[in-house]
Amino acid sequence: MTNHWVDIKNADVVLVMGGNPAEAHPCGFKWVVEAKIKNKARLVVVDPRFNRTASVADVYTPIRSGTDIAFTGGVINYLLSKDKIQHEYVRSFTNAPFLVKEGYRFEDGLFSGYDAGKRTYDRSTWAYELDKDGHARVDMTMQDPRCVLQLLKKHYSRYTPEKVSEITGVAKEKFLQICEIIASTSAPDRTMTHLYALGWTQHTVGSQNIRSMAMIQLLLGNMGMPGGGVNALRGHSNVQGYTDLGLLWHLLPGYLGVPLEKDETLAKYMEARTPKPLRPGQMNYWGNFPKFMVSLLKAWYGPAATKENDFAYALLPKADRAYDMVSIGELMAQGKMSGLICQGHNPLASLPDKTKTSAALSKLKWLVSIDPLATETSVFWQNHGEYNDVDPSKIQTEVFRLPAVTFAEDEGSFTNSGRTLQWHYPATEPPGEAKSDSEIMAQLYRRVRALYEKEGGAVPEPILQLHWPYRNAGDPSVQEIAKEYNGYALADVVDPKDHTKVLAKAGEQLATFAHLRDDGSTAAGCWIYTGAFTEKGNMTARRDPSDPSGLGATLNWGFAWPVNRRVLYNRASADPSGKPWGPKHRYVSWNGKAWAGPDVPDFAPTSAPQEGVSPFIMQPEGVGRLFALDKMAEGPFPEHYEPVESPVDKNALHATKSNPVARIYKDDKERLGTSAEFPYVGTTYRLTEHYHYWTKNVPLLATLQPQLFVEIGEGLAAKKGIKNGDRVEVRSKRGKITAVAMVTKRIQTLKVAGKEVDTVGIPLHYGFVSVAKKGHLTNTLPPVVGDANAQTPEYKAFLVDVQKISGPGQV
Amino acid sequence: MQFTRRQFVKIAGGGLAGTSLAALGFSPERALAEVRQFKLAHTTETRNTCPYCSVACGVILYTLGDRAKNARSEVIHIEGDPDNPVNRGTLCPKGASLLDFVRSPNRVLFPEYRAPGASEFKRVSWDWAFDRMARLMKDDRDKNFVAKNASGTTVNRWATVGLLGGCACSNEVGYLTNKVARAMGMTAVENQARI
Repeated sequence: MTNHWVDIKNADVVLVMGGNPAEAHPCGFKWVVEAKIKNKARLVVVDPRFNRTASVADVYTPIRSGTDIAFTGGVINYLLSKDKIQHEYVRSFTNAPFLVKEGYRFEDGLFSGYDAGKRTYDRSTWAYELDKDGHARVDMTMQDPRCVLQLLKKHYSRYTPEKVSEITGVAKEKFLQICEIIASTSAPDRTMTHLYALGWTQHTVGSQNIRSMAMIQLLLGNMGMPGGGVNALRGHSNVQGYTDLGLLWHLLPGYLGVPLEKDETLAKYMEARTPKPLRPGQMNYWGNFPKFMVSLLKAWYGPAATKENDFAYALLPKADRAYDMVSIGELMAQGKMSGLICQGHNPLASLPDKTKTSAALSKLKWLVSIDPLATETSVFWQNHGEYNDVDPSKIQTEVFRLPAVTFAEDEGSFTNSGRTLQWHYPATEPPGEAKSDSEIMAQLYRRVRALYEKEGGAVPEPILQLHWPYRNAGDPSVQEIAKEYNGYALADVVDPKDHTKVLAKAGEQLATFAHLRDDGSTAAGCWIYTGAFTEKGNMTARRDPSDPSGLGATLNWGFAWPVNRRVLYNRASADPSGKPWGPKHRYVSWNGKAWAGPDVPDFAPTSAPQEGVSPFIMQPEGVGRLFALDKMAEGPFPEHYEPVESPVDKNALHATKSNPVARIYKDDKERLGTSAEFPYVGTTYRLTEHYHYWTKNVPLLATLQPQLFVEIGEGLAAKKGIKNGDRVEVRSKRGKITAVAMVTKRIQTLKVAGKEVDTVGIPLHYGFVSVAKKGHLTNTLPPVVGDANAQTPEYKAFLVDVQKISGPGQV
Repeated sequence: MQFTRRQFVKIAGGGLAGTSLAALGFSPERALAEVRQFKLAHTTETRNTCPYCSVACGVILYTLGDRAKNARSEVIHIEGDPDNPVNRGTLCPKGASLLDFVRSPNRVLFPEYRAPGASEFKRVSWDWAFDRMARLMKDDRDKNFVAKNASGTTVNRWATVGLLGGCACSNEVGYLTNKVARAMGMTAVENQARI
């Protein structure tokens, strides 16, 4: 989230599109209700299904799953053509006035530079026009036909209300009504918050869905404002933390990219990731990249990392290709992986195309499951009848199932969706022989290390030289680990402007990442978490909920990254001269000497407005990007592409039907279905009473929602002769599941380009290791194809067929 | 049979007949209701965080047992933490049934091992499991480690073993896991964030 849970209450409009917080995040949703009651906020819900969030909305419309960019593109067109944008914000705080390089084009669904053979773009024309100093050229009148604002107008002029309705199935009047509500927040004293979750990420255009909303929020002046922002409601208790800490193939802790083969030396690696300012005088905070990286290398390799040896950079693995989850599945299927360690992870259930995943796991030599619960993955080799029809004698995988602790027996911090780290304490001992995950990882490391010490082997240095300063090497304490990711001074850190002033003495915990250095005098395992465990102690364990401003910025509760800031980009909550945009949303502003307010300012604390530093300090040009430059795989402006499995024959906007750069492996391409064979849209989701594949093992919740069902609209049910409670079979090209039919008004038949489109709603949650009734894994159905940027699979829009098997109560 | 508290004391004090009546279940309702108030009186409160979604509701765990070294404690009740600024004491159906998660009958209690082709797990010791896994990891790393690529660049990569991190583990686990995985040379390191 750019903002945070409690901040939702400050909104005047709450737009929920791509999520269902009333059911998936019930206790966070209370802040939407608070906004409605205390702030008279209007709640707008756009979702394929009339869910519980929709049930309390002021305006709801169904939408065909996978057509969100047609909708948001239509909103952008509405805002620009009706002149409903926050003018001063757009001119001063976004790249609307920036000139785009000659050669940039968009024709027939494709941007300039497309290579059809490789299905990738040469992105060199997606850039600014630069002057002789390397700064971007701008036209502050925003009239130049090559400025971003004019290109934006042209790009989205195709997204007329009629076109939006034709593609999405949203009634034109409803669409215009929603546009009007959204546009009302272009007034400087009104804000809209946008809430989304996996309903937006799990598409082949997932990242561009979210970008399109970031653009709308910039046009409306809603970024950096209390009650504004683009807010990802994340799914797991610590998925934010695991992302921050870089447990993704392409990241190291703190969003430092992993070294690739082309990054031969530390200098080369850092040069590619350390931008230069694109406008005069900008903060360009990523210019500090070397400080973050060298401090990480010092935390990991300790004394073995020296200036002379490039801080042991050579020890880090260099990736030769993508190793995202979907690629790991593919590599396993090809027999190229020997082992897989699953720490609280159930890939048989969570990867798309269970049949493929099952075959892939069977090719492993060994598999480790570290989990408090028995998972489907840990017994993928067991026969469970129709739910897992395998022959154990033919599966040669060695499997280790290791008992781990739950939260109740564990100590440490979780990072919530609002980026706040909160410490928790163990309430009891682990049951049986269960161990903490950190002890298990430490033991694996120590034992592999001992083998290398004894026997030697392939390049033992990265293992032997790893810095392991923990008192109990076999079970490091969580406090020691937290202190390490926070960071500490190895030598006195002095103020660069006044060398007599010591900011941190050698051996002390660092208070802020502003104290990190690139000369090896500081160590920090995750620079964005610096400030979490300082000389003052464990800041994540703070429990003072006081909120002096009443705006929800509880600065003494836990610790939010970065530097305890609760609303990102909050400098933009004041106008260019530093005054609040309006009396209602006073937040961070210039008091004549410094930036001040109820939050930690997202800016240099004493940089006066007249110095002309722009508010988006992480960008080398200092402003929010309406034009994404070369950062997105599909192009600098989001464009509507149909899901890879779509119920319609063509893209109503141009000849490029689906995402031209979405990655799909050959074997997966052969497992795609057509709308002739599978005419309905399948979409998956969560229920309030369940959580992924864990809670089917929780007796009370298994009682509340005991078995797999699918939601079928009344129109489709009538067509197929299905009655409420019947047993049905849902098939895709990949496989089939059986479930109880719930015939409902909640899913409607949509009119799309003169054709009727029906949707089948399929909850997750069930499986064959279960206290609840055994069931099929829902992810038997979706295809293995992902978003071109994040490789998130398209679970939300794929093709299925449905038919009745038997009546109620029969099997 | 309805009694006031005063009448009950009279009856109970009246000898065998009275106490027998009470023992048979004819005890006054109000007296029983008062006893229920003390359910959590002898428990220890622990602040924790709900492990499900990212709202990260504050929860209080009530544990029976005084944390004596040789006594096993047990969590007997879990409820929302009213001090937490986000959930303010509320919990959803999942959070409200966390006790059933902690006590789930499907919790794994001992290390187990399934041999190639076997149709069942067998119980093993932690030591045996760790040693066997370390051996498999080292052998595979020795076999498949890529020190340099075709153009001679040092790449120090072990790409044949993957690690999928768990998003309900704490930051400290995540940090240590990543540090260990990258030190071994792993490139296939992921978590649930992408799916």
